[in-house]
Amino acid sequence: MPALAALAAALVSTAVALVFFYAPVNYDPDVRAPDFSQKIFYFHVPIALTAYACFGWGALKGFLHLWKRTPGADLESYVAIHQGVIFGVLTLLTGSIWAKIAWGHWWIWSEDQLVLFLVLFMFYSAYFMLRFSLPPGPGRANMSAVYALFGVVLIPVSWLAIHLSQQLIHPVVFRLKGPDMSGSIFLTFCVSLAALLTLAAALYRIELAGKRLDERLRELRELLA
Amino acid sequence: MTNAEKYVTAAYLVVFLAVLLYVVLIAAKLARLEREVAELADRVRAQQAKGSPREEEVEV
Repeated sequence: MPALAALAAALVSTAVALVFFYAPVNYDPDVRAPDFSQKIFYFHVPIALTAYACFGWGALKGFLHLWKRTPGADLESYVAIHQGVIFGVLTLLTGSIWAKIAWGHWWIWSEDQLVLFLVLFMFYSAYFMLRFSLPPGPGRANMSAVYALFGVVLIPVSWLAIHLSQQLIHPVVFRLKGPDMSGSIFLTFCVSLAALLTLAAALYRIELAGKRLDERLRELRELLA
Repeated sequence: MTNAEKYVTAAYLVVFLAVLLYVVLIAAKLARLEREVAELADRVRAQQAKGSPREEEVEV
């Protein structure tokens, strides 16, 4: 775990350095001027992709809990969804800041991708209400796993929304033919994506270790009582 | 500082502060777990101290 945390710190530092000192400032053809706000993209898109990855991981763990009854899969699913919600908040915040510069609004309700991401985020936020409204035990674990699995359906819908939408205000980064980026921009984006995925993995492992320790302490306290 | 630069700084600060807050919360949780481990260790020691004279009697 310390090695993973150190790798995450190194990658995040490298990504920030690449964003501000290596990647060129994008030229906006509409206003015929450099577009510095595009620098947000290097963290906003990887954060959104990390949130999808966390929700997907949570659903996979939920599936393993239901199918193979893997010990600890329920807790792993819960922690992954918790991470996904944190990265979801960051996606919405960084996206809103970018929208304010680019569109002059914090939020646009007519944008399908924005609304679908918000729906996905709210769906997984409600996961905690469901989980903590039930008494601990196999029933709660099963219900949580089923809920986590249902939510995963929204991920491809949210991902594809931009391609299905008729109003293309939100920029498209990945097209069917490949990424819509030049060499240095794509390299910086890849490092940022690796940095945020590693950061999420490190935070996931730390939170999971804390939760497991908490569980074992509770058992120990019960045994000593 | 241009308007775009201010917003970019704000966006990166939001991410940094969120990670920092998360680390602070995890550190607080670790401190609580450490306290609980110490409390349980004290309880085990107290139970052993109560039980040890009888053990010594059996051994003698």
